Amino acid sequence: MSTLTTLHTLSPKDLASDQEIRWCPGCGDYSILAQMKKALAGLGIPREKFVFISGIGCSSRFPYYMNTYGFHTIHGRAPAIATGVKLARPDLSVWVITGDGDGLSIGGNHLIHAIRRNMDLKIILFNNEIYGLTKGQYSPTSRIGTRTKSSPLGSIDTPLRPLSLALGADATFVARTIDIDIHHLTETLKRAAAHKGTAFVEIYQNCKIFNDGVFEYATDKSVKSDNVLSLQHGRPLVFGKDQNKGIRLHGLNPEVVDLGNGIAKDDLLVHDEKADEPSLAYLLSRMVHPEFPECIGVFRAVERPTYEHVLNHQMEETIASRGAGKLEDLFASDETWIVE
Amino acid sequence: MTVANLSTPRSHSPIPVEEVTEATIRLAGDSGDGMQLAGTQFMQTSAMLGNDISTLPDFPAEIRAPAGTLAGVSGFQIHFSSTEIHTPGDQLNTLVAMNPAALKSNLKDLEPGGILIVNADAFAAGDLHKAGYPANPLQDGSLKGYRLFAVSITKLNREAVSELKLSTREADRCKNFFALGLVYWLYERSLEPTLKWIQSKFGKNPSVREANARALKAGYNYGETTEAMPVHYRVSKAAIAPGRYRKITGNEALAIGLVAASKRADLPLVYATYPITPASDILHQLAELKRYGVRTLQAEDEIAAIGAAIGASFAGTLGVTGTSGPGICLKSEAIGLAVMTELPVVIVDVQRGGPSTGLPTKTEQADLLQAMFGRNGECPACILAPCSPSDCFDMAFEAVRLAVGFMTPVFVLSDGYLANGAEPWPIPDPAKLPRIPVRFAPAHVGGNGTSNGNGEAVFHPYERDPRLVRPWAVPGTPGLEHRIGGLEKEDVTGNVSYDPANHEHMIHTRAQKIANIANEIPELSVVGPAEGDVLVLGWGGTYGSIVTACQRAQRKGLKVAHAHLRYLNPMPRNTGEVLKRYRKVLIPELNGGQLRMLIRATYLIDAIGLNKIQGKPFLVGEIEAKITEVLSAEC
Repeated sequence: MSTLTTLHTLSPKDLASDQEIRWCPGCGDYSILAQMKKALAGLGIPREKFVFISGIGCSSRFPYYMNTYGFHTIHGRAPAIATGVKLARPDLSVWVITGDGDGLSIGGNHLIHAIRRNMDLKIILFNNEIYGLTKGQYSPTSRIGTRTKSSPLGSIDTPLRPLSLALGADATFVARTIDIDIHHLTETLKRAAAHKGTAFVEIYQNCKIFNDGVFEYATDKSVKSDNVLSLQHGRPLVFGKDQNKGIRLHGLNPEVVDLGNGIAKDDLLVHDEKADEPSLAYLLSRMVHPEFPECIGVFRAVERPTYEHVLNHQMEETIASRGAGKLEDLFASDETWIVE
Repeated sequence: MTVANLSTPRSHSPIPVEEVTEATIRLAGDSGDGMQLAGTQFMQTSAMLGNDISTLPDFPAEIRAPAGTLAGVSGFQIHFSSTEIHTPGDQLNTLVAMNPAALKSNLKDLEPGGILIVNADAFAAGDLHKAGYPANPLQDGSLKGYRLFAVSITKLNREAVSELKLSTREADRCKNFFALGLVYWLYERSLEPTLKWIQSKFGKNPSVREANARALKAGYNYGETTEAMPVHYRVSKAAIAPGRYRKITGNEALAIGLVAASKRADLPLVYATYPITPASDILHQLAELKRYGVRTLQAEDEIAAIGAAIGASFAGTLGVTGTSGPGICLKSEAIGLAVMTELPVVIVDVQRGGPSTGLPTKTEQADLLQAMFGRNGECPACILAPCSPSDCFDMAFEAVRLAVGFMTPVFVLSDGYLANGAEPWPIPDPAKLPRIPVRFAPAHVGGNGTSNGNGEAVFHPYERDPRLVRPWAVPGTPGLEHRIGGLEKEDVTGNVSYDPANHEHMIHTRAQKIANIANEIPELSVVGPAEGDVLVLGWGGTYGSIVTACQRAQRKGLKVAHAHLRYLNPMPRNTGEVLKRYRKVLIPELNGGQLRMLIRATYLIDAIGLNKIQGKPFLVGEIEAKITEVLSAEC
């Protein structure tokens, strides 16, 4: 078998590296890895064009298990390193794998700046609301009151909402999905891959050891349809086991309403992922359990030129107008004189 | 372009011209007075007249400190000569002070009997108070040790431009050119280059153009016609090697050197940085060079800057980051990552006074040990240090050659003095610059390895050549898919390994790889006797002062030699042998003794230190005095 992968023969198996996977049994990361391979295999991109870049944490071991180019960097800095890769090689498909601690705590600065520049990066944030690799401290997304080794009486920090943060940084693509919702996860990753610009995806991921069941309301089959709202572009916001509940706007605030008794689907908010302003997406990103169903799917998908595209355009334009630079001109770019 | 035989204006006045071999002047004023601009013009003109030059700008960290205060004083010093020179000069022959604050903070550097030109119009009670003068120094006799010329610069300048109907403010903006004109007369400089510069700079604004030209001429004519000064000076052309020259600052040379190296290596340059004094000018230079294939990224912080540089290098371009000491602190963890992943990254550190924020606009050499050891773990990197403004070009070029040649981060330790100082630079022929060989691992070389679960051959990213250099395997290359990272690597395969023996082996391997660089750099050369009483060993930006001090000592017949380290890690392979040929080794440094610590630890030589940590370069006299002291202690 050839080591040269062609577009047509790439299968999920081709994307598996020879390294033994060391996540805990039952970790949500296994599912994400499997769906990632599935999603990528179908993209028609040759294997050598994929680069996976991660920071530090359980999720950041991800690149070792992909038979692509991979870079397991330092804590929080993956978006910065990925920015350099993309500046150098805009043709590569560059994926950043990060977690709630890596991406939102130590690496928060890089995350927002990569997003605002709209680098063509796919940033996948595994949110398990806990520090796993350091053995169970609360994270920037842990809910208030979370009891951990570092917050024995319950955490008192207000949690960050990853999607609200990304939207605040003017993200052009924002989505959320869930580790064990296999089909939804694969489709969301495919949508992210197809987006030109920064695609920010939050994945609810279960940590079996330190925060087991924290997303049970969104994964348990008996309750999830009452707690999760799957966004569809152009469709009203309807949810519930019997699709009999919806989200309506009351002033500037969303409210949960029961359909019927004079309330029809026409009265509900209609999802628009292409809206110029991120206000609707922001409002949806603020809806949290148990007051609201939590949305999954694509919150926002708009177009804006990528940083590397504009940079290269500037470069081409200046070369077109002034010619490619020659060293002799550069050396003599100040007043010169001849000594005889 | 000009040929360096501009007609020096011949005076028609009866004032005698005195021929001197060299002169040092300083123009000082408020930071809004345009002293840097006037100084730059004087430097440019002198270089074109064929003098050797060396300059030292000195400006405050504040952009606009309160006008007239000591904190706001800005100065520009120029040493110009008919012989070869290496420093901006120890003592001033002429000082121009545009206000009392400039006088107060610069007078101590003026030689006894030196020429002191002051703007007499700026010495009103309020101005004196701001500078903390209880009485007017122009009248209280305190300046009688100098040749004082109190000139009504403000008033004369306003008269010179009065026909142009400018506002008082606009008119006063030209007074730096009046002062410059006067100094041009004093040193018999041609007005031509500056008039030409005014023409091109203010071409779009005729009244400003005309005002500056008139101010310059008026200053010159004032000297010529008033006979206020009893003498003026001629500094003839220096015997400089024939060729085409330009003036160059250290930061300019660094930027140009990086671009030249990127062209000769055929690697696009990605310069990722965060603004910081005194390194930002490198970014400004490179940002303008997009048509040379240069991409610049003004990152969100220092860490992101080196992160992007590492990413760019991983992806097969030339990743470079530039900063000053505080930025190096922030980049330390990422530099460790580049050491571990063995990627070529150039890290420019334009050193400034530290610790912490320290003295942002002042020079120091105190980051050497930080570059050597400022990371967790055993973490060796290559370190170079340019020795003059133009040497920044050569060392930037060298840094790229060694980074890609050995797959390692390379530090370039410049400093604020080199960065902003200028000297003439013989422009090299680009075609004669050496090619920098780059070998990317070719596609599908995985056959030498084991196979994965699919029976495919696996590429080994840590299989080394005899010099211990690993291959540069660039994403996008079929068959080389591999993973690297900050965790310890298994030898050859590069897989994560916690094996104790492997860890120690890899530590030694990384150290040996850096040590191997010594085989591909020049040996340490000595100027002066090959053995003897004292070797003065320097590094980096102190070169000019040390070489001048040693030349003076040698002229006195003292057995003093000078060696200068431009490669700090590894040091040239003959370093220890050279040091042992002298009875004493003197190490002057602008720090507490950092090179001395390395020399003592490495070669067990009890070197003597000369350490100055004042944010200023060495005076030649300071080193000369220490040489004498060391020699007399010998007896």
